[in-house]
Amino acid sequence: MSEETPKISVRGLRKSFGEKEVLCGVDFDLQKGNSLVVIGGSGTGKSVLLKCILGLITPDAGEILIDGINILKLPPFERTRKTRQIGMLFQGAALFDSLKVWENIAFRLIYGDRKSSASARAAALERLAQVGLPPEVANLSPAELSGGMQKRVALARAIAAEPKILFFDEPTTGLDPITADVINRLIVDRVKAVGASAISITHDMVSARKIADEIAMLHKGRIIWRGPADEINSSGNPYVDQFVNGRAEGPIKMALKNA
Amino acid sequence: METLNPAAQFGRAAIALLAEIGAISLFALRGAFAWVSGPFYTREFISAAIRIGFNSLPVVGLTAVFTGAALALNIYDGSARFNAETFLPQILAVSIVRELGPGFAALMVAGRSSSGMAAELGAMRVSDQIDAMSTLAVDPFKFLISPRILATTIMLPFIVLVADLIGILGGWAVAVYALGFEGATYIRNIDSFLTTEDVTSGLIKAGVFGFLISVMGCYYGYKSRGGAQGVGGATRSAVVASAVAILASNYIMTSLFVDF
Ligand SMILES: Nc1ncnc2c1ncn2[C@@H]1O[C@H](COP(=O)(O)OP(=O)(O)O)[C@@H](O)[C@H]1O
Ligand SMILES: [Mg+2]
Repeated sequence: MSEETPKISVRGLRKSFGEKEVLCGVDFDLQKGNSLVVIGGSGTGKSVLLKCILGLITPDAGEILIDGINILKLPPFERTRKTRQIGMLFQGAALFDSLKVWENIAFRLIYGDRKSSASARAAALERLAQVGLPPEVANLSPAELSGGMQKRVALARAIAAEPKILFFDEPTTGLDPITADVINRLIVDRVKAVGASAISITHDMVSARKIADEIAMLHKGRIIWRGPADEINSSGNPYVDQFVNGRAEGPIKMALKNA
Repeated sequence: METLNPAAQFGRAAIALLAEIGAISLFALRGAFAWVSGPFYTREFISAAIRIGFNSLPVVGLTAVFTGAALALNIYDGSARFNAETFLPQILAVSIVRELGPGFAALMVAGRSSSGMAAELGAMRVSDQIDAMSTLAVDPFKFLISPRILATTIMLPFIVLVADLIGILGGWAVAVYALGFEGATYIRNIDSFLTTEDVTSGLIKAGVFGFLISVMGCYYGYKSRGGAQGVGGATRSAVVASAVAILASNYIMTSLFVDF
């Protein structure tokens, strides 16, 4: 492992909603240029973890370091400057349904960086091509697209400003295997092209194996295992084994309701 | 057992209400001033102004014409008891301009726009669009909240001005065609009687109502959670809170205005 400062370090991160403890001491590092995949059952707080790092949810305790600086200690203005280097693909795509596809992709350029509409549109069309969509799609509204196409557009939007860090929240959930594979390839391809560090969340093991350099498993609010992607089948951890092989029997008991 | 104690329950409810009012006030401040440090999203502001202004006019106009017409009948019937029916135009104009124009217009806009904003922002919230906006380097307060608050606050006085005119016209129609008033005299009486303060006090009220309506719509939409049901709850809360805020602030402002 390199001696460099990790791109992101999370230390002892805790978050509860009311009585419910979702994250109870999460620790991990993301090395520069690495792709980390976090696996874990539904409702274990994977999305909450990403939203904490993005500054969308304020954690109760712990440290989040980006380039070695604890962003939770920074004044709000500087914290947003740090978190804005992160591009995020949301679980449900989260496209702006009142805007056209190209305006979605160019949103940051137009409204955040205040680029001219013409140059933003040109950039959006380029991104659209990079995620394998024809230019005709640019003028459609998101509601007119299939789930797979929405994910592609959301991916194009996330990478539009070439962020140094990329988060993908369940990029392949709800897609057919072929479309899922297209998305996986696009992610690997785009992360490499931008030279970004990435955290992806998934419970799709096919996807995890394709995207990951390293895999970490979140269970009961903690990272219970992490290792190189190719060791996931020989982890020797009964929780990981159960999850990876998708068995109902094992140490992980599925709660029937969100406790 | 403590939960069964009515005093404790009342106390808890009162504390919760105060906390909510505090949260809404902070939200309102942030929403009203977020744009100051720039950027100001002009296009969002204009489209919000158009949506609130033009789209509300038909329903507000309809409300105003019937209110004015019914009011004329009531005033005529009431003032005839002490032979004061010739003052109908003046009483009607004052009632509409100071109280009913702003009040009814605001309540109609609350039903339309406050719920609309809550539904729109609520849908954006539960589908992560508001979070997505933050990650795209755009402050949702500057892009979504400020334009709506400014647009509603600025547009409502214009809507009320139209409502005032239409309401007076509704009263005029009833007075002339049903009660035997002379049309030109009716207008002349109102014109010489109404003061600038009568009109401006109503328009100031309208601005405050517009502010409250948009704050409630944005607040409940922005904070909504839990899918379609959460968004439904947000629209309901927004309309109820707007109506209460309009009526309460109306009393406070009226008691201040009648003193000058
Ligand atoms: N803003 C919130 N307020 C209250 N509870 C929340 C909030 N966000 C997430 N939760 C709860 O936290 C738990 C973890 O959610 P999430 O991170 O979305 O799970 P997942 O691992 O499937 O992504 C869930 O039980 C969810 O109900
Ligand atoms: Mg999730």
